[in-house]
Amino acid sequence: MGQVKLISRFFEIEGCRLRRVYEENGGYAAARRVITENWTGEKIIETLKKSNLRGLGGAGFPTGMKWGFVPRDQEGPRYLVVNADESEPGTFKDRHVMLHAPHLLIEGIIIAAASIDAEEAFIYIRGEYWEPYRVMLEALEEARQAGYLGENIFGSDRRLEVMIHRGAGAYICGEETALLSSLEGYKGFPKLKPPFPAVKGLFSRPTVINNVETLSYVPIVIDKGPEYFAGLGTERSGGARLFGVSGHVERPGVYELTLGTPMRELIYTHAGGVRNGAKLKAVIPGGTSCPVLRADEIDVPLDFDSLARLGSMLGSGGTIVMDETTDLVEVLLRICRFYSWESCGQCTPCREGTGWMTRIMERVAGGQGNSRDLDDLVDIAQKITGNTICPLGDAAALPVISFITKFRDEFEARVASAAAAAGRPQATERV
Amino acid sequence: MPVAFNDQQMKTVRHLLEHYPRKNAALGDVLHLAQEAFGHLSPEVEEYVAGLMELPVSYVHQVVSFYTLYLRKPVGKYHLMLCDNVSCMICGAGELLEHLRKKLGIEVGGTTADGRFTLWTVECLGACEAAPVIMINDKYYGSLTTRKLDELLDGLE
Ligand SMILES: Cc1cc2nc3c(=O)[nH]c(=O)nc-3n(C[C@H](O)[C@H](O)[C@H](O)COP(=O)(O)O)c2cc1C
Ligand code: SF4
Ligand code: FES
Repeated sequence: MGQVKLISRFFEIEGCRLRRVYEENGGYAAARRVITENWTGEKIIETLKKSNLRGLGGAGFPTGMKWGFVPRDQEGPRYLVVNADESEPGTFKDRHVMLHAPHLLIEGIIIAAASIDAEEAFIYIRGEYWEPYRVMLEALEEARQAGYLGENIFGSDRRLEVMIHRGAGAYICGEETALLSSLEGYKGFPKLKPPFPAVKGLFSRPTVINNVETLSYVPIVIDKGPEYFAGLGTERSGGARLFGVSGHVERPGVYELTLGTPMRELIYTHAGGVRNGAKLKAVIPGGTSCPVLRADEIDVPLDFDSLARLGSMLGSGGTIVMDETTDLVEVLLRICRFYSWESCGQCTPCREGTGWMTRIMERVAGGQGNSRDLDDLVDIAQKITGNTICPLGDAAALPVISFITKFRDEFEARVASAAAAAGRPQATERV
Repeated sequence: MPVAFNDQQMKTVRHLLEHYPRKNAALGDVLHLAQEAFGHLSPEVEEYVAGLMELPVSYVHQVVSFYTLYLRKPVGKYHLMLCDNVSCMICGAGELLEHLRKKLGIEVGGTTADGRFTLWTVECLGACEAAPVIMINDKYYGSLTTRKLDELLDGLE
């Protein structure tokens, strides 16, 4: 348990953006093996299943199983889509992978595409990521020139083209069905599932969508063996992942830890603890859509199941640390504004609910709230969850419920002080 | 400026159209290209792109207005996009915003009279380890203080 350097090893190698340097450090060995030894899709998928690698974009779906859902007996193309939209507040690990180890991602793409016999892959990268985009473009060109992409990759009879598509600023396009709509040239509206993308995805064809980091672990799984990878993690969460730590810590940054490592170790050992020796107040574990944790909950092992048992989520691994001076009312208001702004507006509970929550939170934060507002917020949030097309509704609701229930005192204090300032008793009717 | 791509840009457009099995899918890329060429996506540009791609203008407009990075109004020479999402907010983005508003004499969304600066606040830029972060045109600058921000702006041409 603890820190490992599987992906992050490449972050420390000078010049690893270059194919030559990447290969000198063992790069492309896994893809070369898979392609030249002509591994079948089944063999690749079995290997991934054994490794227990789970999706690191947020939902934690087992990767091998996802690839196995793609029907491979039909005529016509199948696609691989790489989710490089990385817009969940608090998340920045994929940017590091693309900037420092672009060929690792390309190698993962080659193997994943082979598992479903895809000849075309698309990388959907958020529009703000100019630098990662340029780095990826150069790396793709280098890989093409080396014969790892294009026709007859690694001298085989396989073909693989990788295109890169820039997004244009919309958080919702990180959601997989919205991403596909956007990639097809439409507004980024999520779609009801089923049909799942594995069956009917990009251009209505079977499609696998994976996160940048997920794909970057694939060559490592092949290289080191699935047993090794699975052995690093817990029973149901294989291997390791990148944790991005930000907020009030001494050393914000990306740390790669085996799954099951306690959050306390991430914050205090690797990220250097709370800055200026302050006391910890709260932690958001995996991007702002994940329910917040109190300071006394940080001994939780960082794996999908342990965080779920605590009522939260491992999410994207984007860990936001907040010290005792943090105004959680302001933080929750900011989160509400974000989801309200980013709601695509298709579902009434999400569109209206996020708007209502924001307006009520504005009132609370602005000193005009009362304690019934707090109950109303939780009530609205509960009515959103489970009643929307895509999980953005839940992502907006869960922080509201968790902040208000876990830090009720702080919210009560705010409305009480507001009531006192206005010279009226606390639980009056709403103004 | 006349709204028409030059030969080089037209070559790129044709290349983009070949990229995808359906032409709609190239719209996002063509819009990015149009924005680079014409500065922002005015109604005339929307119309031009729609004509070029044989798509209804209303469809192009819907797509343009869905995304924040497609600019429907001109911006200044330096487009300041200050992140004020959670990690940046708790690391001092609010103070930076106040500072910028005073220094530039504009509100969020505004452009200075000399056309040099446009000020936006934006959602998480995916660089929270360097909070607070600002994006200026296509570059990120992080770990900002008001002093560093001043140096940065004063150092621009
Ligand atoms: C609102 C919303 C935003 C999302 N944003 C992202 C994102 O930016 N990057 C990402 O990889 N996954 C994101 N996801 C998760 C994707 O829908 C999908 O689960 C993921 O890309 C699958 O890849 P994985 O199995 O490798 O994790 C988002 C989901 C939702 C509901
Ligand atoms: S839940 Fe929200 S973001 Fe998702 S489809 Fe419905 S309205 Fe759009
Ligand atoms: S919150 Fe500002 S970059 Fe993420």
